[in-house]
Amino acid sequence: MRTVVIGIGNALRGDDGAGLAVAERLGGVACEEEPSRLIEAWGGAEAAVLVDTVVSGAPPGTIHRFDATDAPIPARALRSSTHAIGLAETIELARALGKLPARVVVYGIEGTSFDAGGPLSPEVETAVNRLVTTIEEEELCTSAP
Amino acid sequence: MAKRRTIVTDYLARVEGEGAMTVKLAGDEVEHVELRIFEPPRFFEAFLRGRHFTEAPDITARICGICPVAYQTSAVNAMESLCAIDVPEPIRLLRRLLYCGEWIESHALHVYMLHAPDFLGYESAIELAQVAPVAVERGLALKRIGNDVMTLVGGREIHPINVRVGGFYRVPAKRELRTLVEPLERAREAALETVRWTAGLQFPERTVECDLVALSLPGEYAIERGRIVSSAGLDLAPAEYDKHFEELHVERSNALQSQLRGGGLYLTGPLARYTLAHDSLSPGAREAAAEAGLGPECRDPFRSIVVRSVELVHACEESLRIIEEYEEPDAPALEAEPVAGTGYGVSEAPRGLLYHRYRLDSDGTILDAKIVPPTSQNQLAIEADLRDVVARNTRLGDDELRRLCEQTIRNYDPCISCATHFLDLQVERT
Repeated sequence: MRTVVIGIGNALRGDDGAGLAVAERLGGVACEEEPSRLIEAWGGAEAAVLVDTVVSGAPPGTIHRFDATDAPIPARALRSSTHAIGLAETIELARALGKLPARVVVYGIEGTSFDAGGPLSPEVETAVNRLVTTIEEEELCTSAP
Repeated sequence: MAKRRTIVTDYLARVEGEGAMTVKLAGDEVEHVELRIFEPPRFFEAFLRGRHFTEAPDITARICGICPVAYQTSAVNAMESLCAIDVPEPIRLLRRLLYCGEWIESHALHVYMLHAPDFLGYESAIELAQVAPVAVERGLALKRIGNDVMTLVGGREIHPINVRVGGFYRVPAKRELRTLVEPLERAREAALETVRWTAGLQFPERTVECDLVALSLPGEYAIERGRIVSSAGLDLAPAEYDKHFEELHVERSNALQSQLRGGGLYLTGPLARYTLAHDSLSPGAREAAAEAGLGPECRDPFRSIVVRSVELVHACEESLRIIEEYEEPDAPALEAEPVAGTGYGVSEAPRGLLYHRYRLDSDGTILDAKIVPPTSQNQLAIEADLRDVVARNTRLGDDELRRLCEQTIRNYDPCISCATHFLDLQVERT
């Protein structure tokens, strides 16, 4: 099963780069949160793992997991987007258009520091390491034939 | 005893940003209509004080994720007019190309994802995608090409970073721009199809009579600069804006509302642009408008979806023309020396006229800033339209009336603050 890991975020804004860091470590791709770019990024893949930064009030470094394979992810979970069509809407648009991979998992890493040019916070750095392992062991391996 | 009814929508979908609306009815009498918008530019105006004049385009771009180019353009226009800089033609063309990218991205998003579901009876673009996948994919593809234009010219698709006072940080080579020709030709075909598609929708008959205000330039469908003209005969330099328009603070809303000085609401945006300048649309856009049945003016807010589609054709054709004509300038920018005084800048955001005014001291520090976004300018006209729509449709049931109210608001593509996170719609009947 071909799996693509897609990181979403901004590497220039501290913890907002968490998803990009995970994707980079796993040989995945970085993608803007733009509907047709996302749909293109997972085009041809049988499974997609999306990683973004979230701010929900949970402790920094908390890893949230949403399985979008069969049902929409909660729209409020990833409401950091200032754009009318965010990740949750894009997933549902793709589902309606028949352009969603057979398996879709969304991870959100709780961020805390978003300074311009800043590094990942220690909590998020740890979460990135943990999530890389999780994805390698669970998402990528369980989906192997 | 008048019939009491209360209708509440907690979250009005398919508008950019969030705010609130309340309609109060006593029987068939419309008692009160208000559209509350929590616009952020007032905070930005304060952020700008004390900053260097060259920072204005990047700071104001952050006001909106949908129309950052509009903010950047009005800001550089204001600074350049004060510093007496007249950018060379290739720079001006590049700015318009970047701006066309934003129009394509913003209009495609509104037409397909936000507005079309109203006409076809769907709650969302996701529902629409299930029954009309070809149309929705066309919309997504169009939007994407707009984003691609912004990425190439602006350096980034959301909040471009390449615009500066005096020009750009880097200008693209002609061969780079040529990579956009094939996608833009596809986009033009998709835009023409969009006009045919939207022209086939069902429209209630509706006309708004208020003054229409848009930018104007001889022979151009003005986008990145122009004089301010109105259907009532105004013809103003940007510096004269404050003499003729004023902003009012109303207690119920954080947003300022614009009106003509001495009273009088007006409308800016696609209907105003089309009615005041349709002769200057690109040939394909003019032809598409005629085929779609648009006459020499369009004052029907419901048909704004057709006008936006026509403007999509124009933006594609104009982009192709610019790429054809473009020659790299000698330098990416002219150096701007600050001048103490006040600068004024305007441009046509996808939703309408965007006005900026800055007062600088001699070392280029911003002492004072004023930003009037199109949605503030349209707010009174939207409320007046809403009041009239409600008055004519009190026979409708609550759900139907609520849907019609929501559509009436979406007709104007309001760009409500990206920074606020709630829009609830309340219809109260007493």
